[in-house]
Amino acid sequence: MAMHDAQPRALALVLVIGLAGLAVFPIFGADEKFYMQFLAKVMVMAIFAMSLDLLIGYGGLVSLGHAMYFGLAGYTLMSLTPEYEGASLWISLAAALGVCALAALVVGLLVLRTSGIYFIMVTLAFAQMAYYVVHDSKYLGGSDGKYVYVKPVLSFFGWQPFSLDKLAAFYYVILGTLAGVYFLLRLLLASPFGHVLVGIKANEHRMRSLGFPTFSYKLVAFVIAGVLAGLAGYLAAALDGLVNPELLSWHQSGQALMMVILGGMGTPAGPILGAGALKLLELLLTSWTKHWQLLLGLFIVLVVLVFPNGLASLFGKRKRGGAEHG
Amino acid sequence: MDPAIFLIQLLNSLQYGLLLFLVASGLTLIFGIMGIINLAHGSFYMIGAYLAFSLTAAVGNFWLALFLGVLLSVALGLALEWLLIQRLYHRDHLYQVLLTYGLILIFEEARSLIWGDDVHGVQVPEFLNFSIPLTETLSYQVYRVVMSGICLLLAAAMYFLIQRTRLGMMIRAGATNREMVQALGINIGLLYRLVFALGIALAAFAGMLGSPISSVYPGMGNQVLIVSFVVVVIGGIGSVRGALVAALLIGIADTFGKVLVPQIAGMTAYLLMAAVLLWRPEGLFKRA
Repeated sequence: MAMHDAQPRALALVLVIGLAGLAVFPIFGADEKFYMQFLAKVMVMAIFAMSLDLLIGYGGLVSLGHAMYFGLAGYTLMSLTPEYEGASLWISLAAALGVCALAALVVGLLVLRTSGIYFIMVTLAFAQMAYYVVHDSKYLGGSDGKYVYVKPVLSFFGWQPFSLDKLAAFYYVILGTLAGVYFLLRLLLASPFGHVLVGIKANEHRMRSLGFPTFSYKLVAFVIAGVLAGLAGYLAAALDGLVNPELLSWHQSGQALMMVILGGMGTPAGPILGAGALKLLELLLTSWTKHWQLLLGLFIVLVVLVFPNGLASLFGKRKRGGAEHG
Repeated sequence: MDPAIFLIQLLNSLQYGLLLFLVASGLTLIFGIMGIINLAHGSFYMIGAYLAFSLTAAVGNFWLALFLGVLLSVALGLALEWLLIQRLYHRDHLYQVLLTYGLILIFEEARSLIWGDDVHGVQVPEFLNFSIPLTETLSYQVYRVVMSGICLLLAAAMYFLIQRTRLGMMIRAGATNREMVQALGINIGLLYRLVFALGIALAAFAGMLGSPISSVYPGMGNQVLIVSFVVVVIGGIGSVRGALVAALLIGIADTFGKVLVPQIAGMTAYLLMAAVLLWRPEGLFKRA
């Protein structure tokens, strides 16, 4: 069986250099607001992609409706933000994650009854249902969406260490969250829970015969992934200062899927790499032509045909079949 | 509910359900027989509608345009299968999803390049452009009735093709055991190519047929695709009969939902799907 925790040294090195670069960027690029915002967005998408990779790369659950939780969290923040003051970060974050956990639990109970092609279609269908509900709701701003006028306020018993209005401060909060989620996922996957999950992907029947309640394991993974996607969505809504139905759209889900594949699914750092690569490509293409989606589509087709194992396979040998030493 | 209004709603649900069936049956055939999940299926519905718009303007006759449109979409289907889809048979569903998602982006953008982003309309054919009066104030468009009739004819033809012809037998056998069919000397690659082209043509035909009553607009394929997914899930993958029943169910639920419970009208199809998933996770007509 593949050692899912093992990742090539070169990839780890790229990751460390990348994170270090992200950490020092605001010091040197303090005036480059555009790029700082861009990098912050990339990191948010990386968190989103990592949460999806937990399902796809480790659990073997190809969800095409993951944007649902991303969007729901953003809309929760919007609903809890008064017009002229910021919402409490702790309360709004807890509410947003709670909404996502509940939604993932309900949807998970239904969709996990299916597998394979059904699972893909059903996750997409439920996400699309949420999309239309939001899209048609006047209260939630319909197709235009709504602004989150004021950023959430971070305070410890009345003491506010810094304001998220400062882009640099928000940038570091997102970077910290990214690192936190990364290590959380590594811990989770190294735990017995993670091993069972990978086992289910490899052979669910066998895991069930061994006595593991596979449905419950998959459900827990589905809820965790939903909550982490919600965390990303919350940050995205606060960062952009607006929410719209596109956050829940299947293009959002498709983009995350692309990031996971591009970076190499089932590798801890892959989704981060994939998010960076896809967003960078998008930035280049949009600055070049109005019809950038055509080129993006061609790029996706090419990746599927030529680099099925993602960019991660460029770094070091693929060792999907054998165990790695050290 | 007033009987005349009830009748109109019933005819509308039939017409919507049958059109949906055309799209969904292509999808379910491609799933069931080739094991391919085709996200770009809705794009062909859109392409069909745009073809109807352009070809009707070019040749001046809706029915001739329909015929030419079907030929073009079959050609497109054959080319796509040869160029891309045949490389996906042995790949994980994940890659099928991704590649066909890429195709959606390509088709949407190509549509924007060729036809622009405006909303267009297609004229109802002259001799069908009248309505049958039901009461003093209510009437029903004849074209809609003719449309449902055409869909029913196609459904019957498909049933005949799959259940009663030699080609249908090969298709059914290919769905069950690819290698064995190949060993018997049947060119399974060609068979799959035909099935894919047939599925694509059905979706495009639905788009063409529906174009006079719905406008022709960007992104029109996406919503149809998702509802077709719901149809396939409810009906059971690979079951054309299931797709017919499920499409009619959704047609009725959606149309009457809009009248009776407008607050949740957008959700009725999905609620129906949720109920079926609880009851029979593999759909109503699971293929044996």
